[in-house]
Amino acid sequence: MTDIGAGITPGLWHRLYSGKTFPVLTILLSILILWYAGAVYMNSDRLIDQYERNKTDWDMEILIEDAWSMERPILPAPQQIVVELIDTVLGKNITSKRSLVFHAWITLSSTLLGFAFGTILGIILAVGIVHVQTLDRSLMPWIIASQTIPILAIAPMIIVVLGHLGLTGLVPKAIISMYLCFFPITIGMVKGLRSPDILQLDLMKTYSASSSDVFWKLRIPASIPFLFTSLKVAVAISLVGAIVAELPTGAIQGLGARLLAGSYYGQTIQIWSALVVASFMGMFLVWAVSLAEKATLRQMGGQTA
Amino acid sequence: MFSCMPSSIARTLPETQRDAVVEIEKLNLTFPAPDAPVHALSDIDLTIEAGDFVSFIGPSGCGKTTLMRVIADLETPTDGHISVNGMSPAEARLKRAYGYVFQAPALYPWRTVLKNVMLPLEIMGLSKQEQRSRAAKNLALVNLEGFEKKFPWQLSGGMQQRVSIARALAVEPDLLLMDEPFGALDEITRDHLNEQLLQLWDQTKKTVVFVTHSIPEAVFLSSKIVVMSPRPGKIIDIIDSGLPRDRTLDIRETPEFLEISHRVREGLRSGHSYDD
Repeated sequence: MTDIGAGITPGLWHRLYSGKTFPVLTILLSILILWYAGAVYMNSDRLIDQYERNKTDWDMEILIEDAWSMERPILPAPQQIVVELIDTVLGKNITSKRSLVFHAWITLSSTLLGFAFGTILGIILAVGIVHVQTLDRSLMPWIIASQTIPILAIAPMIIVVLGHLGLTGLVPKAIISMYLCFFPITIGMVKGLRSPDILQLDLMKTYSASSSDVFWKLRIPASIPFLFTSLKVAVAISLVGAIVAELPTGAIQGLGARLLAGSYYGQTIQIWSALVVASFMGMFLVWAVSLAEKATLRQMGGQTA
Repeated sequence: MFSCMPSSIARTLPETQRDAVVEIEKLNLTFPAPDAPVHALSDIDLTIEAGDFVSFIGPSGCGKTTLMRVIADLETPTDGHISVNGMSPAEARLKRAYGYVFQAPALYPWRTVLKNVMLPLEIMGLSKQEQRSRAAKNLALVNLEGFEKKFPWQLSGGMQQRVSIARALAVEPDLLLMDEPFGALDEITRDHLNEQLLQLWDQTKKTVVFVTHSIPEAVFLSSKIVVMSPRPGKIIDIIDSGLPRDRTLDIRETPEFLEISHRVREGLRSGHSYDD
């Protein structure tokens, strides 16, 4: 019997040990244990208060059970969030304002538009900085300064100014998202466009290549790996920007609006489920950019992919 | 048979009747530096004739690469006269009078072998069809048929350098400037490429300027050897090699070869102080 067991277990254990499954599961389990314990700890004060006011008898078992099933807990238990997610993602018509899919789509659309704006702005700025020396000196300080201003402080003003110009709805949110995400793209592209070494540039000179040849045939291809690294950072930031943009505008749609409404009414489960959707969306966006990166770099020789 | 004829004609012509491709007179180049300016080239006088294979040999810091970069208009001399094909180096560069092979292959990693060779042709604005046929022809010349679709990292160092030679040849220049192209390669690969280069020179009748710090390489390849010494960089000897144009590696065992090698070595020794 032990022989048979020994014959099977090494393979299984070996796979668990050497593969990624075991560490990943361990971390996930630890987080869950900490979370459940945290939920009991955070929610117990209010529950004990409640028990004493109502003069109900309670023991640890009742406390734990109640702590994991409060309607407005300080920290909801994971399964409460899962139930809420199933209800609001699968249980509602996606055009309904109670559907998280609907809100996620609102945020996703301004994220994508803001990401597109930010990518275009970031690349244009980088090209200017690399090719015009005065821009390098004059523009860079402003770009850096722009990132030191808290977005929450400047977002309402952007909304007011754009509203005055007749722009409302999607575009102002996309512009706030762009404001955050162009920065890593500019920095990455400047580095990428300057990455060709002297030998590669000398080679172009021996062909008496025009500056547009040097740009399109050398600088741009050399900058692509840098661009994608920046894009992965930027796409995550543009999601944050889109969510933040929904807060000061008093938006009634979007994940930011769900966070805001949740905090008004103490609906912590609603807040957490919006956060979970936002983080999955972020992971999906970064994954999508990585996929585009792999495909592009494979086209371009593939060694770096 | 046919390919041999022009070379024998060129050899029988008197020196004066051949065209000077590069003429350099009293050329100086000083690199400015805040503490002590570097006198990289001092009073260089040199004439390179059509069909020559000229090697610049000398220890590092003797200005051999700098002199070649002056010919290529990648450096500007401080004073003196230089003409390339009867023009200033800048005009010659704009007319794409030369092909330049660098110490490193300097291939663009995102381009396939074929696309790398097509790069200068794209810039010259040739038709796609012309680009392809010229690239394929020159890759065949350096024995790289079948590698067109590979990316540079999939090739060995020697193959990469051959691609860069094909790329320089594809421009179809009359003048080929090669800066220690085989310096980073092992001796066996280097011997092989040296033989290939000689065949190429014999077939194409190009003028080649070649920088090296290997005596056997210089003597084996050259019809004219320019020995240089450092601080300041100057020419201390110019040796016209009497070796036949079509040589094989065996020639390195002959007394003539050893005699020229000896003269080069003497020149290098006299110009180089081992104190520093």
